[in-house]
Amino acid sequence: MAERELKRKSAPARTETEVVEEAPAASERGEKIKAELDDLMDEIDEVLEDNAEEFVRNYVQKGGQ
Amino acid sequence: MAIPKVCGIETEYGIHAPGGDGNPITASSVLVNAYATEAERRTDWDFEDETPAHDARGFTREGSLAPVVETHLANTVLTNGARYYVDHAHPEYSSPECADPLSCVLYDKAGEEVLRRSMRAAAHVFPSAPGVVVYKNNSDGKGNSYGCHENYLMDRAVPFAKVAAAIVPHFVTRQVFTGAGKVGAETAALDRSAVTFQISQRAEFFEEVIGLETTLKRPIVNTRDEPHADPRRFRRLHVIVGDANLAEVATFLKVGTTALLLAMVEDDVSPPRDLTPADPVRSLHQVSTDLTLARPLAMADGSTATALAVQWELYTAARKYADHHGLAVLGNDEVGEQVLQRWEAVLHGLEQDPSTLARQLDWVAKRRIVEAYRERHGCEWGDSRLAALDLQYHDLRPSRSLFARLDMERLVDDEAVAAAVTTPPADTRAWFRGQCLAKWPEAVVTANWDSLVFDLGTDPLRRVPMMDPLRGTAAHTAALLEASASPAELLERLSA
Repeated sequence: MAERELKRKSAPARTETEVVEEAPAASERGEKIKAELDDLMDEIDEVLEDNAEEFVRNYVQKGGQ
Repeated sequence: MAIPKVCGIETEYGIHAPGGDGNPITASSVLVNAYATEAERRTDWDFEDETPAHDARGFTREGSLAPVVETHLANTVLTNGARYYVDHAHPEYSSPECADPLSCVLYDKAGEEVLRRSMRAAAHVFPSAPGVVVYKNNSDGKGNSYGCHENYLMDRAVPFAKVAAAIVPHFVTRQVFTGAGKVGAETAALDRSAVTFQISQRAEFFEEVIGLETTLKRPIVNTRDEPHADPRRFRRLHVIVGDANLAEVATFLKVGTTALLLAMVEDDVSPPRDLTPADPVRSLHQVSTDLTLARPLAMADGSTATALAVQWELYTAARKYADHHGLAVLGNDEVGEQVLQRWEAVLHGLEQDPSTLARQLDWVAKRRIVEAYRERHGCEWGDSRLAALDLQYHDLRPSRSLFARLDMERLVDDEAVAAAVTTPPADTRAWFRGQCLAKWPEAVVTANWDSLVFDLGTDPLRRVPMMDPLRGTAAHTAALLEASASPAELLERLSA
């Protein structure tokens, strides 16, 4: 696999997940991820349908293909 | 020899009109008609494949469409070459023919933008009608499903049975990256009390391996034979087993990997061993509900393999094929190489830790927010808030969409998507269709995938066949269109 990757140097950028970052300490990164997720959940709490039960009950579709 | 994998995606969108009359056909028609009135001129779709629709003459198709809800099913063709209409009580956007998987992502995203603009147009054109909200998903959580279908151009010379047999292993296992994720289960195919979250929206609705149906007893391989092109040369593989993806990487891989494996069938290249599960339908359900990705499937040859192992074997065979044959069949080599590299990266990610793919795959992204929400609010599975979260992931309104709040990886930018809403792809016959509609909206009385019918004001109507999806490109027709001052002149030049 490594050989193949070398051969294909000119190929387009690989996905984000494969980029080897010069990572800060693992705990620090974990904190950052947690803070980001917290912010996201705050935002979701704000926009989520107020009456979830009614919304879900009323979301009825005719079957399609 | 494999032929170029011209492809497209057709999506039936979910709709919700709180406070409306409950008729989804009305709500869908409101969207399509409002868009046609506001944003695009109307051109009728020709349902007859072989004869010009003479009765279309005299039909009022002006932008002056009265702001009333029509009772017949709305149906229009857009200047980007797409078809936008009402099908089975859902608004459906059927993308123009695309020459490569990246273009397919672009025109799929353009479809979302068409639906967003339709919601705004509906509020404007029909101010008294209740607001219609559009969802890009595949089920209502109550056992009703609607589809997101892919289409691939195939060589008619390759027997269908061979294509079907070869593609089943991929259709059963590709959901590990194409799944859109779903809270719970909703059909008798699964144990509803045991499934908390599953990978695919659609998997549990499939009951057969091969068949013609699309609305009941859905088959993993659909046998619809409607090439929309020269039937002696082409076949169109109509794929109904996929989920509607919002994640661009998921759409890119869904189309790219499938197109590549189909090209391999045409070149008679297959993995070294048969990867067909003993019971494909059961395996499809099993893969969807196995969040560990570790449970082995029983294979037809008596062995066992996980979905990921099957994907690795398909990937390895595809990589080897590409090294020998190149990737021009995917439209261009660079995009083809991206498909293979991303495929490999995603399989590695799924193997090591799926959560690392939360920016790339819908099911992983959705699962992450569902789990975080559960933790924050201490919800049990079965709590309506989790089902609401699931639905709202797919809400297309920027103000409500949960997907839009995630930092998902992009493959196409907003500017390109906006351009693709009105401009056709340059490298397929969609170019000719879209450009003619943009240039002479009055003269094109009907547009179909494989023909345009012009009304020059003189009898009879003139039909221009487009039987090859790779003819009618910008390279073939841009100069011709440029040089023609009128549709009559265009037709004169075409017949010269």
